[in-house]
Amino acid sequence: MKTGTLSSDPLRGDGEAAPSWWRERGRRHIDWCTAGFCIMGGLLVGITVLALANMATAELADPVHLFKVAASSEVIGSILLTFGAGASAVLLLILFGTPLAYVLARSRPSRFKGVVESIVDIPLILPHTVAGLLVYLLFMRRGWLGAPLSEVGLAFEDALPGTIVAMLFVASPFYVNTMREGFEKVPVHLENVARTLGAGTFTTFRTVTLPLSLRHMYSGAVLAWGRAIGEFAGVIMIAYYPFIISTLIYYSFTTDGIHTSRSIAFTVILVSFGVFYLLRRMTRYLGRYDDRV
Amino acid sequence: MTIIEAHNIRKSYGSLEVLHDVDLLVEEGEILGLIGPSGSGKSTLLRLLDLIEPANAGELSVFGIDTVTDRGTWLDLRRRMGMLFQRPVVFNASVYDNVAMGMRYRGAPRDEIERKVKEALEAVGLSRYIKSRALDLSGGEQQRVALSRVLVTDPEILFLDEPTANLDPTSTATIEEIVTRLNREAGTTVLISTHDLAQGQRLAHRVGVMIEGTIAQTGPSREIFREPKSQRIARFVGVQNIVPGRVVAQREGLTVVEAQGKEIFSATSPPADEVEMIVRGEDISLHRRKPGYEEAENLFPATVTAIEPTAPFVNVAVHCECDLVALVTARRAETLGLEIGMEVWVSLQAKAVHLIPQAGR
Repeated sequence: MKTGTLSSDPLRGDGEAAPSWWRERGRRHIDWCTAGFCIMGGLLVGITVLALANMATAELADPVHLFKVAASSEVIGSILLTFGAGASAVLLLILFGTPLAYVLARSRPSRFKGVVESIVDIPLILPHTVAGLLVYLLFMRRGWLGAPLSEVGLAFEDALPGTIVAMLFVASPFYVNTMREGFEKVPVHLENVARTLGAGTFTTFRTVTLPLSLRHMYSGAVLAWGRAIGEFAGVIMIAYYPFIISTLIYYSFTTDGIHTSRSIAFTVILVSFGVFYLLRRMTRYLGRYDDRV
Repeated sequence: MTIIEAHNIRKSYGSLEVLHDVDLLVEEGEILGLIGPSGSGKSTLLRLLDLIEPANAGELSVFGIDTVTDRGTWLDLRRRMGMLFQRPVVFNASVYDNVAMGMRYRGAPRDEIERKVKEALEAVGLSRYIKSRALDLSGGEQQRVALSRVLVTDPEILFLDEPTANLDPTSTATIEEIVTRLNREAGTTVLISTHDLAQGQRLAHRVGVMIEGTIAQTGPSREIFREPKSQRIARFVGVQNIVPGRVVAQREGLTVVEAQGKEIFSATSPPADEVEMIVRGEDISLHRRKPGYEEAENLFPATVTAIEPTAPFVNVAVHCECDLVALVTARRAETLGLEIGMEVWVSLQAKAVHLIPQAGR
């Protein structure tokens, strides 16, 4: 679909003859390197397009069933729950990850810093089941953190807090690393100017550094959110219930069969695509970048 | 009153030592110029004095308050000082908002901010741009915005870190004028670092020379330029003649120094046996024939060996057993009709020959 819109000329009326580039093509120089890269890249994009098209044709052939599944309270509730849990995880990440990213961006390289950086990256390199197990063991009813927290009434096993914690764990490197990159791009010199004008460390951070890194904060948050709502293995270890969307699809795949699970999946694709498109569109209204000297 | 007092300041970044053994006293109300080659630590020193960064070691008190033991007062002290950097930095906002920054940080009332911002922009001649976006201005104008942004906070000490290094002559003149006026009228203490020797001489009451991370000499600019303490300083302040010699006698209150068989009188008492004669090129006069009346203690014939024009001046190398370089104006060079191989008379006052001990002996 995408390649179709790219090659057609929107200015050309339907009845007009084939454009002249087709005839001029032989005379034009062809850069074989670029052409080769395009073909190879096209194969990659093609797989995604093919998979989507495959599912779309099957689903759109039976819109009644699709609508019935999409409108069911189970699916809607699960989507809202997933998005909400992801958003909570991202909010926690912004609250705790931003200071960490700032410290990492401003500190001089040292062995200690290297260790901290590796720890931040651990969720990236671990298989998700391992990540899930780590979270489960720490937050389960008898876990180091789970035990004291369940005393005060905060249960993680098969509960929403468990979902959020698992999402937080797997999504954290995406947010922290993006945010750190943003902070690193703000010259220390600008902070120094604010400080000579009488701003304290936090005021400088709030009025100079943070506004200049808003875009990174935003894209880091979107990235982390996307990662969080897509998590499956990490979450089911600690919180099989309540059903997040991945669990629901897996559950219906193993019980109701392919038909229902495919409809849920297609609904999720449509919703996610729409939401991410909107989020990306909003980027352009955010943050000021041009005063980085 | 001493407003800044620093002793044995040391600062390093990782394994790179930027400052060592820095001692500095700054009196209230003076303009101190810091001159030195690039990378000699001028900017770092100013940042330490403005309390943006801590030193690794040493004592520093500002406004009579010990800043090493009393870290809690840094923000308060910093708010009594101001700093202007080499690169003009403005934030992506209106000129008004840029200038108001410092006062907003101090929580000043809105009407006072408005009054002072207008005043400060008036002073730098940018009132008409008050609503413009600061980034649309030229480099010189941006630097003037940056200066007025510092001025609204009424600093008691103003640090200028090569403030005019990349500016056009008009903006440079405006900034210099404002700074001198501020010093004269408000009694603001000013520390200005520059590698423009002329600017240092023009503005500063006192000059400090920084060489390789330490202050090598401080004093009135006349003293720095005529009586540098070492060869490195002499080179940096543009002394053309650094001639090694040996003290052979003292006669009529003058020191006689022999350099490659030539005896030259100096008014400096001998600091050592083996000395270095420091003579500024502009102190050496050249004449076509032996002057009939000449006060200079040194008067001898010499041969012109090289002529090198440098803008309004001409460097003339002469040989008279030892080699000397004289700086004469282009017009004078024309009048003398200088050419290579020509015989000239050289006159040089004993006062203009400064002696320092030879390095490494």
